[in-house]
Amino acid sequence: MATTAEHFQAHDDAAHHDHDHKPAFFARWFMSTNHKDIGTLYLIFAIFAGLIGGAFSGIMRLELAAPGIQYLGWAAEHLFMMKDPSFDQTLHVWNVLITAHGLIMVFFMVMPAIIGGFGNWFVPIMIGAPDMAFPRMNNISFWLTVAGFISLMLSAFVPGGTGNGAGIGWTAYAPLSTYGATGPAVDFAIFSLHLAGAASIMGAINFITTIFNMRAPGMTLHKMPLFVWSVLVTAFLLLLALPVLAAAITMLITDRNFGTTFFDPAGGGDPVLYQHLFWFFGHPEVYIMILPGFGIISQIVSTFSKKPVFGYLGMAYAMVAIGVVGFVVWAHHMYTTGMSVNTKLYFTLATMVIAVPTGIKIFSWIATMWGGSIEFKSPLVWAMGFIFLFTVGGVTGVVLANGGVDDVLHDTYYVVAHFHYVLSLGAVTALFAGFYYWFPKMSGKMHSEFLAHLHFWVFFIGVNLIFFPQHFLGLQGMPRRYPDYTEAYAYWNEISSIGYLVMASSLVIWFVNIIYAYTMGKKAEANYWGEGATTLEWTLSSPPPFHQFETLPVIDDKAKH
Amino acid sequence: MTVLALPKDPNARTGVLALLGAAAMLALGFASVPLYRIFCQVTGFGGTTMKATEAEAAAIRVTDKLISVRFDANVDRQLPWKFQMEQTTQDLRIGARKMAYYSAENLSDQPITGIASYNVEPELAGKYFHKIQCFCFNEQTLQPGQSINMPVIYYVDPKILDDPETKDIQQITLSYTFHKSAQQPVQKLAANTLDQSRPAR
Repeated sequence: MATTAEHFQAHDDAAHHDHDHKPAFFARWFMSTNHKDIGTLYLIFAIFAGLIGGAFSGIMRLELAAPGIQYLGWAAEHLFMMKDPSFDQTLHVWNVLITAHGLIMVFFMVMPAIIGGFGNWFVPIMIGAPDMAFPRMNNISFWLTVAGFISLMLSAFVPGGTGNGAGIGWTAYAPLSTYGATGPAVDFAIFSLHLAGAASIMGAINFITTIFNMRAPGMTLHKMPLFVWSVLVTAFLLLLALPVLAAAITMLITDRNFGTTFFDPAGGGDPVLYQHLFWFFGHPEVYIMILPGFGIISQIVSTFSKKPVFGYLGMAYAMVAIGVVGFVVWAHHMYTTGMSVNTKLYFTLATMVIAVPTGIKIFSWIATMWGGSIEFKSPLVWAMGFIFLFTVGGVTGVVLANGGVDDVLHDTYYVVAHFHYVLSLGAVTALFAGFYYWFPKMSGKMHSEFLAHLHFWVFFIGVNLIFFPQHFLGLQGMPRRYPDYTEAYAYWNEISSIGYLVMASSLVIWFVNIIYAYTMGKKAEANYWGEGATTLEWTLSSPPPFHQFETLPVIDDKAKH
Repeated sequence: MTVLALPKDPNARTGVLALLGAAAMLALGFASVPLYRIFCQVTGFGGTTMKATEAEAAAIRVTDKLISVRFDANVDRQLPWKFQMEQTTQDLRIGARKMAYYSAENLSDQPITGIASYNVEPELAGKYFHKIQCFCFNEQTLQPGQSINMPVIYYVDPKILDDPETKDIQQITLSYTFHKSAQQPVQKLAANTLDQSRPAR
């Protein structure tokens, strides 16, 4: 586990007062090169985007609460500016909603929050660096992400084939995304991926350089906190996976607009090649979303068990192994595209291998808590919720990894339940865990522990109500991506929609908690979690000074473990 | 020759190396298009059939074992053609060459160029299914109302009997789908087809 710099005093407020002056509002927030301010911007942006993406899923759950088409017509007229929408256009709105929900949550909520937000905030601090390696590029990354989000939002108001908006799914499979959906909406949506992708690649270069070159004296790779390890592995995944997506969607753009036939059999292309390229990116992408969450959970479990993480090296290299193997399992998303039995055999086996390093992580977290002097503060409760929910999602993942089983479950709600358990419940729970762990550090104000616990329990019950019944629906054969279903699926769909309301109300508790912290919250001390919190951010004041570590901290070898 | 040197500054150096990594993956993404095509052609992946010359076909040993070939014809929705096989199945000796016919008719009032994509099922048989001549090797242009017969000459390589994965295959399905070609021209007949216009049935 990471080393303590027990005797290191980051800043004496009085002595360094002159160095802590902040730029004026516009220069500080719109031209920022400060990793903490950019991290804050990312977090605010992610919350904003997440609310929009979450509102879309609210419309979806509302529509799915009962059989029939009830609310999509309203959404077509009032959200997507279509006058007198035809029935086809009404159904097109459904495709637009699922597309926007997926893209927003992946590219504009989870990634900005977990990498851009927490990564920017705490990676430099945890390795004892004054800032990121390329602060200006950091700024470009953020604003490109915002531009990408705006491009995606614009796509909702221009024609995308059947009606306004891009209804191509987050995967943008050809030929639906090529000649299946004419109109600028799809181009806007694809361009938003280009922008978000470029932003993430630059972010990845920044993190890799920072972590390799800017560690404080004594902070060897094998002493880095696990959160830093997780971001390092994630950065490599971003660096190697996103350019492949960029190539694939660039070919989509030229197929759409410039008469190429990369994915069109009429000109010798193959739509299945697009799927291969997409999932060569798409599978590492799911680890990109969850690995930093693993890192956050490791910090939290260790802090509140007042023990170093069990099997530190195993934990670090388990993440490396997940990252490496994650690049060679992509076709398990494509079992139904007509693969030979031998190909399925390989991808089934390779996919299941990933359960091994993942299992190492789960059991090491449990072993860290085992015999620890556990304090059930809100971040730990969220972290334990994560471990439980992620394990459920991991188990259904092993089920789906079987090529034969997947032939039956492919594109059913079982798959929807699986990936929401690992992402919506896993990654988001890790985000909230990180939020409660670090919010007082970032803001300088203590949140209410009572509200944080309440938030957890309402959220936990809500998301399980939403997604657990979807396993049943999938096993009964309900296909995903449809706004309507037969009466037979009504019961569990209604329960699932009620779960959405419970989950949404937990977000109200969250906002109340934030308001509480800023109005009535106590001032946070430097190390408000006490002796278990040993990484470098706890040696700094809360919030940390505008510039930290002007003299680099020295990591004392004897303080190790 | 100037030597490209990495920047001295360690951060710029790592940053440039990382950028090169990303650029290499971008190049690989685009290179995947020809690589995928070559991969399919070489391995018969996805049931991609093989091309053979007359000379190669003549050197093949004919066996006594019979295999059945079933024919399948599909038309892309955007192509206003009728396209069908002239025979449902053919039995042939493995190694022997055989000719099968498909017919196509342009139902529209405009000349249209089409091109056929193809594969075989079971996919593992792809690398043993050789075509000597096929209408799918070229684009086909049909005048309004014109119908043509199109041959495919093929054989099944006896090596199919040596492969434990394929030795028990009793029937191979050869499937074609006609698409509207991206290049639409031109008021002329396709030169390389058997132009046997005949009255519609």
